[in-house]
Amino acid sequence: MSDLTDFTLAEARDAVAGKKISAKELTQGFVTAMEGARALNIFVTETPDIALKMAEASDARIAAGTARPLEGLPLGIKDLYCTKGVRTTAGSKILENYVPQYESTVSQNLWDNGAVMLGKLNLDEFAMGSSNETSAYGPCISPWRAKDSKTALVPGGSSGGSSAAVAARLCLGATATDTGGSIRTPAAVTGTVGIKPTYGRCSRWGIVAFASSLDQAGPIAKTVRDTAILLKAMASIDDKDSTSVDLPVPDYEAGIEGGVKGLRIGIPKEYRVEGTDPEIAAVWEKGAEWLKAQGAEIVEVSLPHTKYALPTYYIVAPAECSSNLARYDGVRFGHRAADPKDLIDLYERSRAEGFGAEVRRRILIGTYVLSAGYYDAYYLRAQKLRTLIKRDFEEAYKKCDMLLTPATPSPAFAIGEKIADPVTMYLYDVFTVTVNLAGLPALVVPAGLNTAGLPLGLQLIGKAFDEATLFRAGRALEIAADLKAKPQNWWSQ
Amino acid sequence: MSVDKETVRRIARLARLKLEEERVEPMMEELNGILAWVEQLKEVDVEGIPPMTSVVEQRLKMRDDVVTETDHADALMVNAPGGEDHFFVVPKVVE
Repeated sequence: MSDLTDFTLAEARDAVAGKKISAKELTQGFVTAMEGARALNIFVTETPDIALKMAEASDARIAAGTARPLEGLPLGIKDLYCTKGVRTTAGSKILENYVPQYESTVSQNLWDNGAVMLGKLNLDEFAMGSSNETSAYGPCISPWRAKDSKTALVPGGSSGGSSAAVAARLCLGATATDTGGSIRTPAAVTGTVGIKPTYGRCSRWGIVAFASSLDQAGPIAKTVRDTAILLKAMASIDDKDSTSVDLPVPDYEAGIEGGVKGLRIGIPKEYRVEGTDPEIAAVWEKGAEWLKAQGAEIVEVSLPHTKYALPTYYIVAPAECSSNLARYDGVRFGHRAADPKDLIDLYERSRAEGFGAEVRRRILIGTYVLSAGYYDAYYLRAQKLRTLIKRDFEEAYKKCDMLLTPATPSPAFAIGEKIADPVTMYLYDVFTVTVNLAGLPALVVPAGLNTAGLPLGLQLIGKAFDEATLFRAGRALEIAADLKAKPQNWWSQ
Repeated sequence: MSVDKETVRRIARLARLKLEEERVEPMMEELNGILAWVEQLKEVDVEGIPPMTSVVEQRLKMRDDVVTETDHADALMVNAPGGEDHFFVVPKVVE
């Protein structure tokens, strides 16, 4: 039965809808795979009972002829999405025992579409990290290994559980979130597809907040088609999120085979960053050739403020994080320190005990840049830089329809390799972070393997709310790359 | 700009984050590493550039001024550490 887990989401959808397999059979296959893969530390919380119950309900619907678009399809949910009655930790000790009494809009949309929940996926604490190593529940391990090596590699972050689960074939697709690259970095280093939609496309309601002006939900899946199917189900107009945009959600899947003929693809020269792995630079060139061969026009463009994006981000994101995370006070929910001597002691110790090192660091940076006397020098200047970064894209889009860039400066690195120095880790998001600052959509597609056999991804950056064109171009890259490789199962017990 | 130990203590206090005395110096060094790196933003002339307030141009939505969420007191208390009945419990604040 193990081959059930090799299905793409679209194949499984068609098999279930065509009654070739039952939702319960399919779900049982994934539950078994999930339970056998604990060595990878992908799930923070497994919910097999909920999964099988949902699958039974799906089978009843299919029998009754009232099946919905994702009927009976098992998914993993990043443990940043509040799930009613199921513990939601945000990868933090401070929420170790937190059981939401409500459901996030995006996960509710998936259940309303018939999807099945397998469990909650590991992530960097409060989504702050690029490697899933800051999780209070331990690092998540990539199913990929370099040729002839047993070194444990990171699955990227912060949505490392989401990318690893999809790559290890433990679910058909997963929800993720992206504040500075947290969907795209994990997708790139695990050979999976991930899209960060335009800011406002998916509701943020019920997703644990990190940096509200940058956070955006999106899917990670095996193929461009699967990702398009999931985004259609996840996105909605939501009155509960005032930044949710009042635009109808297109049927992304319908147009994905449209090709790239006539599209103008921009190559931003500032993305030729020193220190980029030569194999990634090579796959980037190849990607441009592939698109050109299918009828796209390649144009060189300039995004002059690119080098300022990361430092801008590391003012804006910590500032918003320090404000958002003020709610964890040990009083209303979350970890509470024992025997406080007074109220201040309760706050200070609950927070110090509950937050990990990276989160504490970002809260302090954020508090500093927002504090009296420093606001103008840091936060206000960063917000002005953000305007300049967005203008760069507006200028570039006068010459092209989308941009093609690398997704990460190097393939997956070893667990422990970059965690010691915060700035070294931050630099890993050099190609992804600009997009969040400008609110734009971006899709990462696997484009090849390096000589060590590890996946390399490419990023397509689109115009606001033009996800449909991104999926088309992503599909064109996918066809050209024709990547069949997947991680060999060394983890099953 | 860089922070000294006194500033680290002050912002930790502002953030209500207990910082043990032996952690002050390492934290100062970590923060200064990050601050030295963001310093490069000073190279950019931002004169006359408006600060970004929203990435997507959209007017904030209006809604009818009516109550939509009611009677969630039980649900709100489920996760309250040390909550009693419908009260959040904190250490005594008034002598």
